[in-house]
Amino acid sequence: MPKMNMIEAIRSAHDVMMERDSSVVVLGEDVGYFGGVFRCTDGLQRKYGEHRVIDAPIAEGGIIGAAIGMGVNGLRPVAEIQFADYIYPGFDQIVSELARLRYRSCGEFFSPVTIRTPCGGGIRGGQTHSQSPEGIFTHVSGIKTVMPSNPYDAKGLLIAAIESDDPVVFFEPKRIYNGPFDGDPDKPGVSWANHPKGEVPEGYYTVPLGTAEVALEGEELTIVTYGTLVHVAIAAAAETGVDAEVIDVRTMAPLDVKTLTDSVMKTGRCLIAHEATRFGGYGAELAATIQKDCFYHLEAPIRRVAGWDTPYPHAFEWQYFPGLKRMCAGIQRVMEAE
Amino acid sequence: MIEKSRLKIPQPYARPGDEPDFSYLELSPAGEIDKPQIGARTRDLEYLANGLVRVLDDDHEAQGPWNPDLDPEKLQVALRWMLLNRAFDDRMWQIQRQGRISFYMQARGEEAISIAQGMALRSGDMCFPSYRNQGLYMYRGMTLVDMMCQCLSNTRDMCQGRQLPIMYHSKEGNVFSISGNLATQYPHAVGWAMASALKGEDHIAASWLGDGSTAEADFYHALTFAAVYQAPVILNVVNNQWAISTFQGTAGGERRPFAARGLGLGIPGLRVDGNDFLAIYAATLWAADHARRGHGPTLIEHVTYRGGAHSTSDDPSKYRPKDEWDAFPLGDPVERLKGHLIKIGAWSEKKHEKLWDECVEEVTAAWKEAQQYGTMTEGPFLDPVTMFEDVYAEMPKNLESQRRRLLEILGEE
Repeated sequence: MPKMNMIEAIRSAHDVMMERDSSVVVLGEDVGYFGGVFRCTDGLQRKYGEHRVIDAPIAEGGIIGAAIGMGVNGLRPVAEIQFADYIYPGFDQIVSELARLRYRSCGEFFSPVTIRTPCGGGIRGGQTHSQSPEGIFTHVSGIKTVMPSNPYDAKGLLIAAIESDDPVVFFEPKRIYNGPFDGDPDKPGVSWANHPKGEVPEGYYTVPLGTAEVALEGEELTIVTYGTLVHVAIAAAAETGVDAEVIDVRTMAPLDVKTLTDSVMKTGRCLIAHEATRFGGYGAELAATIQKDCFYHLEAPIRRVAGWDTPYPHAFEWQYFPGLKRMCAGIQRVMEAE
Repeated sequence: MIEKSRLKIPQPYARPGDEPDFSYLELSPAGEIDKPQIGARTRDLEYLANGLVRVLDDDHEAQGPWNPDLDPEKLQVALRWMLLNRAFDDRMWQIQRQGRISFYMQARGEEAISIAQGMALRSGDMCFPSYRNQGLYMYRGMTLVDMMCQCLSNTRDMCQGRQLPIMYHSKEGNVFSISGNLATQYPHAVGWAMASALKGEDHIAASWLGDGSTAEADFYHALTFAAVYQAPVILNVVNNQWAISTFQGTAGGERRPFAARGLGLGIPGLRVDGNDFLAIYAATLWAADHARRGHGPTLIEHVTYRGGAHSTSDDPSKYRPKDEWDAFPLGDPVERLKGHLIKIGAWSEKKHEKLWDECVEEVTAAWKEAQQYGTMTEGPFLDPVTMFEDVYAEMPKNLESQRRRLLEILGEE
């Protein structure tokens, strides 16, 4: 089985879909000749031509707006927004147009746009290159929201997103593009080469949207998380010696509730973790959903580990980022509670 | 005197109680503006953005190189559509005032734009309209009954009760869904046109927005993308002088015409008499030909006047002179086309009255039928659980469960 990092897996997903379906087009800032600032579209323009891999002006609202029109005219656009932090100029087009077009026209018009965007911290990016805005999008009906945590899922989920007739916002945790990250910045970097999820088939396959995965099986505590923090949670389980089950949500909306609640009913304890700020965050939705179905199984209050409710600071990244230390502390607090 | 910076707050030339004043409006005599060859360089076309393309003169004669030389029969058809549009608007306005629909927007004074452009475009060309383009839907085959049912949110509403009145859509007629948010449809038209060119097809796109909406970022996004990729698209600015209560100067219309907005990007701009059916038709044909032959986008500014209130929620007597439309130098598009047809011996006052009566009757008959499918107070009513459909291609579990819950609640009542 070929080894791929997340960038190669994402590139491969594009390649597979562009080969299979001539209506798939890619547009975004620097995605064409250069192949994207993170190289996710490298080589695609050479292979498929400049009419299918289109360098766009620096106007996120224009990229998304034009992609919507292309989708209405039978294309299947994959739009890259260079950083999730830059997505806001396109927010109105996503929320008011892309998400609602099928609804307001009773299915007569729809636009199957996939919006890919790198998110999250841990790369010394400061407040304009580190944000995790997924919770803003999960709150919008009519779009699907996805965040993979490894190369295998990234390719399979991206192919499923491109094939979906619904619009998908596809978040890519850039800290783990090149290798998994356990949340300890002092350790040397690790590559995907030795990780089982770094084994990625060359050809077509999908990971269905709307399915969570048990990333680590355990009996004592459920950690519900996604993106980079899946790896932090697994490392924290080992560090604390707690027999934790780690659930990788993968698709935030629509949510696979059953995989989450089955686990929490089994363990009786639940910790929710995301990089995004805590207040009004997606973790609150997870907590509310889990407690509704699992209340009588819970042996401790559900707790959250999340980004502090501040903008993402540059110099204090490792005090801000919910890394190994804070994940371990979160686990201990849920385990200690009676 | 010491020169220093100062803040200008644009003010309209006349407010309630003042004499209407259109001295700011720069006009060109009918027939005066040259018609360029397709493919001319934008830098050689700047005169088109600053002048005013007009065909019909004050004596109702067609003048100059932009005269599209249409058969009188075709003009009679056009007049009929414009009258039907007006009769429909009149009736729907009354119906809203009687409390029988929640909201309405009329195209009064702007009917020539939708009808002339609808007729000049091909049926395969895609329209991305604004909320005063109901004439486009009519011309492209939507029945009055269907439009009324949409406004009533009744059992035959194409939007199944999900949209405010007038937010129509017609896949069959190639007219996009109206959003209600302003200017968002502009980049869609450009993307659609890019896809058309990319697929090697001959279809073009067209979109419309008002003078006020040119201030939105989407307007500039669309112009930029259209210019960069030379998308086959016609971008129309309907300058009806008023954006609710703010005059066109508040959107930046005082320094240069809206038609000139694209010049910096190399997009030709045509400033057209928006109440002159023949001028609009000819300008649209020129822009469509320009796009279809690979020369990219055109921006057309239609200089017109919003003859009625912004919507049924608006009262223009609070912010503009009551008789302002009467003083508008470009008149009424219906009267001008009628005057031209009479002038060329193809129409009469009597025929006109008869045609108006026919249109009113058609609207009355449609209203009678539309009410059979339900009104705001009388059934049949739409099933509210349909609100959960079409959010996604397939209904996800959370919506399924909410749908079941609503059914339970409705059953409990």
